[in-house]
Amino acid sequence: MENGQHAHIVKYKTFVVVLIVLLVFTFSSVGVTQLDLGVYSVTAALIFAVLKSILVLMFFMHLKFDKKIYAVMTAGIILLLTIVILVTFLDYLYR
Amino acid sequence: MTDHTQIDEHRDDEGAKTGMWIFIFTELLLFGGLFIVYSVYRYLNPMAFHMAAEELDIFIGTANTVILLVSSMTIAMAITSIQLKRKRLTLILMGITVLLALLFLVNKYFEWTGKISHGIFPGSEILHQSSQGEILFFGLYYAMTGLHALHIIVGVTFIGYVMWLVKTDDVKYDDYVILENSALYWHLVDLIWIFLFPLFYLIT
Repeated sequence: MENGQHAHIVKYKTFVVVLIVLLVFTFSSVGVTQLDLGVYSVTAALIFAVLKSILVLMFFMHLKFDKKIYAVMTAGIILLLTIVILVTFLDYLYR
Repeated sequence: MTDHTQIDEHRDDEGAKTGMWIFIFTELLLFGGLFIVYSVYRYLNPMAFHMAAEELDIFIGTANTVILLVSSMTIAMAITSIQLKRKRLTLILMGITVLLALLFLVNKYFEWTGKISHGIFPGSEILHQSSQGEILFFGLYYAMTGLHALHIIVGVTFIGYVMWLVKTDDVKYDDYVILENSALYWHLVDLIWIFLFPLFYLIT
């Protein structure tokens, strides 16, 4: 980061735009779950949550601007969690 | 030789930040485990979870989501402003973050006391007469939002401490990794709430 390497300064405006998108996603997820979509409302709410967390990770947590290794490690942890969730549900669905 | 060069020699910003990320990964796995517990019990008790989730106030949940998202933005902006050598603005932005965090806790307090006054809390008479699924839902609700609220309190303390360091110029434009780390921690708290909110409040 600093120390002579790249100290990327993110513009205030970028953060404002990201916040607006995050708020739009939040209200969309509230809106979509008010409709009676059954199983799809769960899916929709979770898709919005995933989109929001990607924005927070990339911009607020600087993953987009930092060294790639942080993004790679984060992706690895998310992959690990996904696999554990998948295996747990394979067990419960087919036991 | 000034103090400055000596401090620089013993600094490892990259290491400090990597350590923070690894800590964040352990937190993600901790909450990830809780989310798995939640989803499995939800899968096993769909109707009870559906009914119990309707007890929660979507308005308070949405308000707290907005509060956390805005506070995440202000702490992210604080890093930009310290890089631009604007100390006063940095302190103001961090102060706003802390105030919003406290507002979140106030909301949480009213939400919890509301539930408790209705007799919904672990071990209460009313819950004992409810179904197994509802007991599980509210147990998980208190445990997961409680653990999250604990993280909010830790985050406020951490950011408050870094505010002091900014004030005394121990954190400044060329040395601000601890501010970055406190911001990362705060975003983690936000990240967890992004999933807690739909799972407890929205999916009814």
